[in-house]
Amino acid sequence: MSEFAQRTRQQVIDADFLAHRAKLIDIAAFLDRVERAADCSDGAPFADFRARALVSAIAILTDGKSDRARRVLEAFSDHTSRPIDAADEKGACGAWRGAQ
Amino acid sequence: MRYIDPHIHMVSRITDDYARMADAGCVAITEPAFWAGFDRSAEGFADYFRQLTETEPRRAAMYGIQHHCWLCINAKEAEDTGLSREVIGLIPQYLDRPNVLGVGEIGLNKNSRNELAIFEEQLALAKRHDALVLIHTPHLEDKLKGTRLIVDALKNSGLAPHRVLIDHVEEHTVRIALDGGYWCAMTLYPETKCTPQRAVDILETHGVDRICMNSAGDWGPSDPLSVPLARREMRRRGHVDQLIQRVTFENPLAFLSQSPRFRVEPASV
Repeated sequence: MSEFAQRTRQQVIDADFLAHRAKLIDIAAFLDRVERAADCSDGAPFADFRARALVSAIAILTDGKSDRARRVLEAFSDHTSRPIDAADEKGACGAWRGAQ
Repeated sequence: MRYIDPHIHMVSRITDDYARMADAGCVAITEPAFWAGFDRSAEGFADYFRQLTETEPRRAAMYGIQHHCWLCINAKEAEDTGLSREVIGLIPQYLDRPNVLGVGEIGLNKNSRNELAIFEEQLALAKRHDALVLIHTPHLEDKLKGTRLIVDALKNSGLAPHRVLIDHVEEHTVRIALDGGYWCAMTLYPETKCTPQRAVDILETHGVDRICMNSAGDWGPSDPLSVPLARREMRRRGHVDQLIQRVTFENPLAFLSQSPRFRVEPASV
């Protein structure tokens, strides 16, 4: 977009690298924490659908294609098109239970 | 530099927040009706609508902020169609109050049949009263599907797209709203949803036409100063004041001014 200031790659990295390095380490530490959980001796630490979705979405970050934020959001999304019969809960959990 | 926050739930905030927002340049807000964290009765909604149309405008005025609101039954309580229809029956008597802009925030939560039916009934209400509409799109994994269902219902409603703002858009839904001719807004949260940094990324990717930003500022983890934070992020990236002003003041002014009841102090325009 021409009306926006254009920054160089160096400027973007200089401005935001440390904050995002920290976020990546947070994700790594979270996965380690799940693995250390008391009931994770079953060899399937990421069997929960949310953890599985997270691990799958991480692959999007390094697949060499752009639009990563949109594609990560889509990976966590319900892609069905019909309304559900009834809402038996109010909250969203961040990942779609029906994802394979 | 002045700004408008087009979506903030001030009933959940303390008076000090009004002071801090005014100090940060806020001159007008719009407050949609939403879920209180528990399901209410129709009598509870009548009291809530009085709070939105009588109490909050007075509290905001103490800090030079113009307060406007939207009325509805929200999607989280819409599963109860009996309650919802009682509340919808209450709304017309409040629509002519001086700070009411229209019907909102209506939409979907879990994308259920009842939610959709009540959403469509409230679109019809807005159409009958020639009211502006503010749309709530679902959160997280339900947002993409819900936004598609909402746009389908909007197309069937006969409402003019330029009279509708689709809120809480993110990277995967912003084009659905814009390509349909609707206004849209990004709701900024400190965690779990769209951050000020991502919002500015979305602006850089999709441009500034028909896009606004708001703070939600509700009873959950949220920051009523999120819009100033996003403005600071735009400034940090070197974007000019004219562009910042367009997204955070002129755009909401253009959408909201379609209601003759929307006003900001002349000096602030």
